[in-house]
Amino acid sequence: MNKTTKELLPANTSEENPVLDVVNRRFFLRSAGLAAATGAFVMQSCIKDHDLGPNGAVNLGTGDVGILNYAYALEQLEAAFYIQVMTTPFVGMTDKERRFLTDIRDHEVIHREFFKAALGAAAIKGLSPNFTTIDFNSRASVLGTAKVFEDTGVSAYNGAGILLENPVYLLLAGKIVSVEARHASIIRDLLNPNTPDFAGDDIIDGNGLDLLKRPSQVLPAVAPFIYDTIDASGLPKP
Amino acid sequence: MNIFKIIDEIQQVDGDAVERLQHATRRSFMTKFSRSMAAAAVPTAMAAVFNKAYAFTPGAIDVLKFALTLEYLERDFYDMGNKSGVVKDPYKAVFQQIGKHEYQHVEFLKTALGIKDESMKPKFDFTQKGALDPFTNFDTFVFLSHAFEDTGVRAYKGQAGNLMAKEDEPLLDYALQIHSVEARHAAKAREILSMIRNKPEIKPWITRDEGSPAAVYAGEGNTVQGGVDITGIGGKSLDAVTEAFDEPLTKDQVLAIAMPFIA
Repeated sequence: MNKTTKELLPANTSEENPVLDVVNRRFFLRSAGLAAATGAFVMQSCIKDHDLGPNGAVNLGTGDVGILNYAYALEQLEAAFYIQVMTTPFVGMTDKERRFLTDIRDHEVIHREFFKAALGAAAIKGLSPNFTTIDFNSRASVLGTAKVFEDTGVSAYNGAGILLENPVYLLLAGKIVSVEARHASIIRDLLNPNTPDFAGDDIIDGNGLDLLKRPSQVLPAVAPFIYDTIDASGLPKP
Repeated sequence: MNIFKIIDEIQQVDGDAVERLQHATRRSFMTKFSRSMAAAAVPTAMAAVFNKAYAFTPGAIDVLKFALTLEYLERDFYDMGNKSGVVKDPYKAVFQQIGKHEYQHVEFLKTALGIKDESMKPKFDFTQKGALDPFTNFDTFVFLSHAFEDTGVRAYKGQAGNLMAKEDEPLLDYALQIHSVEARHAAKAREILSMIRNKPEIKPWITRDEGSPAAVYAGEGNTVQGGVDITGIGGKSLDAVTEAFDEPLTKDQVLAIAMPFIA
């Protein structure tokens, strides 16, 4: 099965061109079949929710589906970023950096593909990332951006917890957010090795609490990195 | 302090107390108790919240007590380790930072539970009756650190579902905010273990269910997420698929891991 999957999804399609939005049909069908069998992924049908709005905005939808699409949007952005990072590695990338960044790229691609499969017909389209402000030849630019993306991801998942109604999705968000926090920690440590920065006082408050942001705070922060306009008006409110 | 016993007692003198409890709005709580609040203001704010007649569910109180036990374990471990001199350069600042956060987590949870003393703190024996040497052997210290942090991540994750009642909403926020701090700690502790053992296969993230002690990593090799087997998703390796998702532990699993360290 592994082998088949690999053949159906050559590395030079979805990886280098996430926007092409290549679907692994066999995986998708398998997921859909399993979902139907287990009932685990039976979601409300909300085709009109993710239609493009009058201004061409991408509508995330409502309820838990909206939050999962929100996560899917962020994972698309992260995956596209790390794919570019490893397609054009910055000058002087060490072996350790290469190992970590390759792993992180793979994790983000897995997250992206997972949400896409989980959302099925309710998934938003593949977004067009805008990385024009990032210098992929520069270690400082790449790791600095990675730090922002990972910390933002952690804050976004933390802030989405109370907005989810289904405990299955809350647990899934929990399973992913700690991996994002591991990424954030190690990216920060690459920038400032063996200092307190891996969990720095700039992000952890006086009660030992990490960042937490609601979608209304996160989406404007990531908007400059996405060409599409995102309509989050249907998301649950805290 | 048992918050419910207090409410019962209030009810005895004020027959409408419960009804007024139900009128306490979430919004006023959230506003009062926001993240931006200075740490020093927490006890006051907690008291103010209680005066506003706000209560958490019994299930949530149990989660807080469980979390406090784990945070006590971590706090004492780093406190003893950082004072012992076992921590080697260049890692001193890292373990000072982790120790600081564990101390803060203990204080925060005590405040949430209305506990002022250390009466809830178990007695710990990190040497397991002399079998381990974490405060004289840096490798043992880092080994236990990474195991405690990974266990902490899995423990909080396993409790999130018990904080989904509307009245527990602030606690779910806080639990998630502690959870990701533990994950940051875990990644760095694992990286240090990898460095001092010269083992690049020990990564900041958990590969399959590899790792020691085995009980800490049991179930981490799971590939079924939300009812769907994601083996091979995106054409990625089994290692990557299992690294991309951290798994929860039940309270019983966590206590079984912690028990050997409780004297």
